[in-house]
Amino acid sequence: MAELSCHASMMTTSKDAPPREDLAKGLWRQNPVLVHLLGLCPTLAVTNSVANSVVMGVATFFVLVGSSFLVSTVRRWIPNEIRIASYILIIATFVTVAEFGLQALVPDIYKALGPFVALIVVNCIILGRQEAFAGRNPVGRSVLDAVGMGAGFMLALLIMGSVREVLGSGTFLSVSLFGPRYEPWVIFVLPPGGFFTLAFVLLAVAWHKQRQTARARARATDEAVLVERVA
Amino acid sequence: MSAPSLLVSASPHLGAGDSTPTIMWNVVASLLPIVAVAAWFFGPSALLVTAAATAAAVATERVLGHRGTLGDGSAVITGLLLGLTLPAGLPLWMAVVGGVFGIAIGKLLFGGLGQNVFNPALLGRAFLQASFPVAMTTWPVPAAAGTWWALRGDNFAFPFTSPRVVDALTSASPLGRMKFEQQPTALLDLVLGTTTGSLGETSGLLILLCGGYLALRNYLNWRIPASIFATVAVLAGGLHQLDPRYPGALFMLFSGGLMLGAMYMATDLVTSPVTNRGCWVFGAGVGLLVVVIRIWGGLAEGVMYAILIMNALVPYLNRWTQPRVFGARPVEPAT
Repeated sequence: MAELSCHASMMTTSKDAPPREDLAKGLWRQNPVLVHLLGLCPTLAVTNSVANSVVMGVATFFVLVGSSFLVSTVRRWIPNEIRIASYILIIATFVTVAEFGLQALVPDIYKALGPFVALIVVNCIILGRQEAFAGRNPVGRSVLDAVGMGAGFMLALLIMGSVREVLGSGTFLSVSLFGPRYEPWVIFVLPPGGFFTLAFVLLAVAWHKQRQTARARARATDEAVLVERVA
Repeated sequence: MSAPSLLVSASPHLGAGDSTPTIMWNVVASLLPIVAVAAWFFGPSALLVTAAATAAAVATERVLGHRGTLGDGSAVITGLLLGLTLPAGLPLWMAVVGGVFGIAIGKLLFGGLGQNVFNPALLGRAFLQASFPVAMTTWPVPAAAGTWWALRGDNFAFPFTSPRVVDALTSASPLGRMKFEQQPTALLDLVLGTTTGSLGETSGLLILLCGGYLALRNYLNWRIPASIFATVAVLAGGLHQLDPRYPGALFMLFSGGLMLGAMYMATDLVTSPVTNRGCWVFGAGVGLLVVVIRIWGGLAEGVMYAILIMNALVPYLNRWTQPRVFGARPVEPAT
């Protein structure tokens, strides 16, 4: 919970942000996995194939959007003292729906995901969005925010799942990529491979950001020099 | 290694002739006889695998490391040691992957020589073992390929493809035979090295000699191998007395990678404790883990994981065994 409250201020955007920003921030600039490092448990545990990642991403997306919508709708009637319990109850309802849905639609993948579908209840991203955003913003903005964050989570899972399935099994969505003689790097479908992949993805994101910052700084310096010369 | 911000204490200073490169190149020299014997037993395959691992390690250090760190020879040691832990028939591209991983992830990511927590060669091997379990446990029989010149496996498999099954005789390692088939191997074969196994885990006697040279020059702390051997001998001997189904002490000492691991990997100057008392504890921990993994674990061989696990404990051992300053009274830690 301490983790949530410290993130809460960071993840709230100002009241007058354009709706486009509510939607877009979750995809990249405030990506829940790649930037805030939330929801790492499913990110590491179920991304050993693309199919598992996509199904997990869709289930979480559904729960996040549903709960954000409901929490935002009823936010005026939830007493502040029991808001977390109320949020969890709402989230758990949607998780139960998602669980039965997956069990009926994709039973094989449901089995492969194991307990991680039920564990969506305690996914930090979802509770974090209720606490930081949906609990204090109108319905429209809350849904946009949830869609952005859910899509960002799906994107991160898709990246992880693609790297791990391509290297670890030589396939993409179970379609063989390199022919029968490819030697799979078994470690990438095992738990250590999840940690390695996440580390390298985060490394790439950090490297990209560093370059962006350096470029922005260089541009600012150039402009300052230009202004000085003109003056 | 980048220039550390070193605080030099007051004089007098005593100059020692040994520098990091001196020690490292001495270790390299002492490894060469072991490589030569591996080549004697496993033919050109041994040289190819070792050369590929070493070249990959050196190239990675050159490309990703700080300038001028190649000369200290540590990358060459990592490459040679990694090569010696691989089976002779391993495709060369896998050996290259291991070398790159060991240096890049195992060493440079931590900050280069002196900063790494785990032994880079063992980390490279652990990665290969987890990635390519079948290729890493296909052991060719030494000197059974007909001519010395024959390759002992599909060394030249195209990168990222599985090795083809080659007409070379393979068999389980002595430890695997003991564990899964209850078939012991003659002790003389183990000591001389005429058994299956990784390139450098065959001749126990030669490794003892080469490591003994380093111990005499004080380039490795003899307390670590002594402690490992003593722990393994006592535990294995005791268990053998209790139940003769368990392998005896001599078999445990001379089989698998124990000799190479105890002499060259556990004694890595960077990843072993700095205090002598810490070295005794470190060695005892490695010995205990080796026996536990070999006898009760699912794997036949446990030296690699034993050393890596103890590597992780080295900072604690250092703090725990820190000698008291002479004359100083112990200070109660602030609570």
